[in-house]
Amino acid sequence: MKNFVPPPFHPVSAPDFLPPAQLRALQLARLQAMVRRAHDHVAMFRQRMADAGLTPEDVRSLDDVPRLPFTLKTDLRDNYPFGLFASPMRDIVRLHASTGTTGKPIVVAYTKADLDVWANVMMRSFAACGLHAGDVIQNAYGYGLFTGGLGAHYGAEALGATVIPISGGNTQRQLMVMKDFGATAICCTPSYFLHLIEQAAEHGVNLRELPLRAGIFGAEPWTEAMRRRIEAESGIRAYDIYGLSEIIGPGVAMECPCQAGPHIFEDWFYPEIIDLKTGAPLPDGEEGELVLTTLGKQAMPMIRYRTRDITTLSAEPCSCGRTLRRIRRIGRRSDDMFIIRGVNVYPSQIETALLAVEGVLPHYLIILTRDQGLDEIEVQVEVTREVFGDTVGALEQVQRQLGKSIESLTGLRVKARLVQPQTLQRSEGKAKRVIDKREM
Amino acid sequence: MKIKQLSLFLENNPGALIRPVRLLAQAKFNILTLSIADSSQFGILRLIVDDWERAMKLLEKNGFVVKVTDMVAVQVADQPGGLAKILDVVEKAGLNVEFMYAFPEKHATKAVLIFRFNDPDSAILTFQKHGVNVVSRVDLQNGAED
Repeated sequence: MKNFVPPPFHPVSAPDFLPPAQLRALQLARLQAMVRRAHDHVAMFRQRMADAGLTPEDVRSLDDVPRLPFTLKTDLRDNYPFGLFASPMRDIVRLHASTGTTGKPIVVAYTKADLDVWANVMMRSFAACGLHAGDVIQNAYGYGLFTGGLGAHYGAEALGATVIPISGGNTQRQLMVMKDFGATAICCTPSYFLHLIEQAAEHGVNLRELPLRAGIFGAEPWTEAMRRRIEAESGIRAYDIYGLSEIIGPGVAMECPCQAGPHIFEDWFYPEIIDLKTGAPLPDGEEGELVLTTLGKQAMPMIRYRTRDITTLSAEPCSCGRTLRRIRRIGRRSDDMFIIRGVNVYPSQIETALLAVEGVLPHYLIILTRDQGLDEIEVQVEVTREVFGDTVGALEQVQRQLGKSIESLTGLRVKARLVQPQTLQRSEGKAKRVIDKREM
Repeated sequence: MKIKQLSLFLENNPGALIRPVRLLAQAKFNILTLSIADSSQFGILRLIVDDWERAMKLLEKNGFVVKVTDMVAVQVADQPGGLAKILDVVEKAGLNVEFMYAFPEKHATKAVLIFRFNDPDSAILTFQKHGVNVVSRVDLQNGAED
């Protein structure tokens, strides 16, 4: 890989290597303080704990975590905008918001100390993939209410790197800046980087000749196939970063040079995997829903937040030496799940299947219908430049491949249908992916 | 010697064809010839237009996925056996025709055949060796030119 030298460990990464006993002790101390704070300052948490017959003093060890009540995304919506804040407004220095599928956004808040924690985990994220002072980081995550832009920005500054706050969009300018400013790393969504690769080729920019060596990619599901394609076509190393606004933003977990799944920054975020149906905690290595508890968040603590992301937690030692557990790449989420012919299907599985065929995620729509008692599923996929060949045979081949790819991931026979570009509905936030026309 | 063909993906539903055609008409592009391939679900509109680069930009700007393909255009006598003579050459050379279409020239006794080969360069060489008139520009007003 171009320019790639295994990085020496950066001093800021020290907490990544805490001995497990010390890490657990630190987690417990922070957890106890956080539960006390959430209980005393947030009516909802106080009520929920009372309902469960718990007081903050009942949290005596990490084994007590599963006794605490869950927090759901709907709780954030129901308490819109400020109902879950545990700090007075005079201590809150920043608000962010994420767009939900319907109606009002979810608002999240930060104190000065929260921003320091966020900058710390983002700084350690950059350090984990070998960046340091002297690197030039092109931050192409959107700046604004979305947590991506500012989260990466302050982390990069804390590291002492040079930040280019270019925000998202304007591909030609991205390429010009990347080249002229000598960016060594870029933060954006993986599909946007694939778009940059294509545009670079069209505009005669050879990415392999640029100093760019690392990509910090997140904010959408992607696949190993995409990683291989990005690395092969651009010569950079592609790293998976994980985060969500409700917990802090980007920087909840980040890959190390082993690229074997993001390490959770466990000193600030306590992870659990639970059974989707029963909510019971599952041991490391088993697949379930990721549940996160913030250990240091002041303005908006989260107790056992159900992320809806399906993954596994791995405590197997990583060859980088980090003691932080890793999550497997998030391939699917539980909240948009639908059931067809008795099979649970996640739109994210469909996405993974489409990605595998096309390399980038095309716009798509899943349509469920019922014909004489039989459920049918059709996946409409907008034709992209990548797959459009000028013969009927080539297009039918693409349809077959899409259908097969979906079948192999979901076990369902589906009808894949190519549709004209820009005909499926767009939305600003999370797109509506499933239309259920079945009459139940 | 090759000429450029634009292909567009269209859904197989009413009104699908008029949109790109209307766009080209409003911008005063002349469609020299076209052909449509279709399956039950979708179609591919294949166009030969003058100034294909500008036409392509216009179509892409309006949301169409456009593909440019190198085509081989040959001129034949517009009379019985004209096509057969050419296909004879194609067959003997073992060239594989992916698809083709044809149109007569306006003020001439010739017709133009437009071929898609998987290897257009070797097809051109073959035609030239057999004295077939391969044209590099197709123009409705003045007939094909060398």
